[in-house]
Amino acid sequence: MTLRRLQAILLKIGFWLLVGVLMLYAIFPFYYAVVTSLKPSSELFEVSYWVDSVDLSNYAAVLSQPAFLAAIRNSVVVAISVVAIALLLGLTAAWALGRVRFRGRTTVMILVLGVSMFPQVAVLSGLFEVIRTLDLYNSPGGLILSYTIFTLPFTVWILTTFMRQLPDELEEAAIVDGASPWVTLTKVFMPLLWPAMATTGLLAFIAAWNEFLFALTFTLTDSERTVPVAIALISGGSQYELPWGPIMAASVIVTVPLVILVVIFQRRIVSGLTAGAVKG
Amino acid sequence: MASVTLENVNKRFGTTRVIEDVSLEIGDGEFVVFVGPSGCGKSTLLRLIAGLESITHGDLMIDDQRVNNLTPPERGIGMVFQSYALYPHMTVHDNIAFGLKLAKSDKQTMEERVSQTAKILQLDNLLDRLPKALSGGQRQRVAIGRAMAREPKILLFDEPLSNLDASLRVQTRNEIAHLHERLGSTMIYVTHDQVEAMTLADRIVVLNEGHVEQVGSPRALYEQPASRFVAGFIGSPRMNFLSVTGRTAGEAGCQISIPGLGDQVLPRRMENDDESLTLGVRPEHLIPAAATGESGFKILNVEYLGSEAYLYLQVPDGEALVCRTEAPCPFTRGGRVTLTFDAHRAHLFDRDGHALPMIAAPDTQPAPAQATTS
Ligand SMILES: Nc1ncnc2c1ncn2[C@@H]1O[C@H](COP(=O)(O)OP(=O)(O)O)[C@@H](O)[C@H]1O
Ligand SMILES: [Mg+2]
Repeated sequence: MTLRRLQAILLKIGFWLLVGVLMLYAIFPFYYAVVTSLKPSSELFEVSYWVDSVDLSNYAAVLSQPAFLAAIRNSVVVAISVVAIALLLGLTAAWALGRVRFRGRTTVMILVLGVSMFPQVAVLSGLFEVIRTLDLYNSPGGLILSYTIFTLPFTVWILTTFMRQLPDELEEAAIVDGASPWVTLTKVFMPLLWPAMATTGLLAFIAAWNEFLFALTFTLTDSERTVPVAIALISGGSQYELPWGPIMAASVIVTVPLVILVVIFQRRIVSGLTAGAVKG
Repeated sequence: MASVTLENVNKRFGTTRVIEDVSLEIGDGEFVVFVGPSGCGKSTLLRLIAGLESITHGDLMIDDQRVNNLTPPERGIGMVFQSYALYPHMTVHDNIAFGLKLAKSDKQTMEERVSQTAKILQLDNLLDRLPKALSGGQRQRVAIGRAMAREPKILLFDEPLSNLDASLRVQTRNEIAHLHERLGSTMIYVTHDQVEAMTLADRIVVLNEGHVEQVGSPRALYEQPASRFVAGFIGSPRMNFLSVTGRTAGEAGCQISIPGLGDQVLPRRMENDDESLTLGVRPEHLIPAAATGESGFKILNVEYLGSEAYLYLQVPDGEALVCRTEAPCPFTRGGRVTLTFDAHRAHLFDRDGHALPMIAAPDTQPAPAQATTS
């Protein structure tokens, strides 16, 4: 009796220990960045896991750099454009692939999936030529184009999967009511696809927000950089100094929007990710 | 209001023919029911009329206008779907108003129509609710309201009651009949349930594997089925079928010998002698009488239903015979009965399932022919 109880308690402790380790593993790097960003540069190399006194000088330093502010603006423009374009194209493509019967539908789906399997590096030089030809080098347009290429496949796949689950009779009811395909898509399907759209939109946003390789390659001047590149290029007074404080402050600043977005859409994402699992 | 005419309508999905040469005239304001077993093409035929499927071959006319290439709203139809297919994110009001909005009616007309529709269907208090907060019967009424709101000339129903429980089904059935009387619009209704068909229809169209078996009033179908298929499909419990051989008996009709029932002459015209036929007699036309000793049929079961009872009788080879009698009845399981039946109310079907035509008029009813076991 007592043995069993002991076992239960031990199991519970073990479980929470495991949860604790996982939490630590996931959150500690960000926590340490926050802590570091709040320290004056003189204390930087004293290892401590607690903030004794809040010092905002790093934030002031970062936010006073016009290049960093421009980078944030660029990132916002690029990420929002990518999300908007990917959702619009993804939704219309999903309608065609999910609701219209035509020859070669499966082939198209597999091609779409195939595109997403190329590693970034493989298409880098080709894409560079495309962007040069389109005269989009060193402008947000080039980044929007290249991110959209990588975002669309999974957007189309996820939205198609959800679109297929909507009952046929719903679409037919709309047709009988006199709705055109566009009206059916926007007035009937889109409201029902919100969870899926929130999920894919957020994933697209995060991908565009964090992307580094294309952003480094396709931009040249500080005024066109996006945040990840701008942070990497923050430099100190001399070649031998890495300004950890401002870098950490900048990282925290650009992470906060993501955290807020995830919190806002969290319930939607959960329902979006599980909606396909059980029949509603 | 509108009439609907189908001329040799065919539908093929790939190479399978789902609808074969259906020709049909549906009058203005008529209530027509398509009935048939599952998979016979009822829904497909309805969807061809609605404009949700394209007609492979043949003509569909509404009021003398060929409508093969018109969209559903252009045809002036409204449709109630089997799953209701209400827009889940819209309130009852918006569900009903959706079609009106798309038709660009002005706001005042729209509100009038919605409230009028809601009143007819007793949805007044539910207008602000979402479909998920409604019961099955209420959803059903919203679906009907949505179909009605644009005042279509023709209302189409695809098995609208199949998702309701039994008591609600009877109630809603009556409401639909009442609605037809009140609106006077042409209605086409699909069901696999012959009771619904019998109770609602002005005319029933019996479909079998994509073609029309018979068209007629419920009474005509019940009393004069054109084929064995219709005879077996309409009526519950099902008509009894017995294999018999027949010989022509001149003007009197056709003499048959029935295993277990002896010889009898039925007033039916037959072409070939010595043909193997199928005799069909409805349960209520078999009259049981208590038998003595080992004569007659053994009673396998007695189903007591209050006002009536059904006897299930053992046949040497083949399905048990069903026989209806007034309840309470003196018969018990394990007992024996002899049977008689009215020759004018019995049906004969040839090898292909076609009914043999009647010779004498059915309204002259001679005394029941006696038939006892040999
Ligand atoms: N879109 C379709 N593609 C191929 N076959 C279909 C399609 N719709 C229906 N069918 C076939 O047509 C036949 C009739 O279907 P349906 O009209 O739905 O029957 P019912 O409503 O009488 O049960 C069925 O055998 C079905 O498999
Ligand atoms: Mg059907």
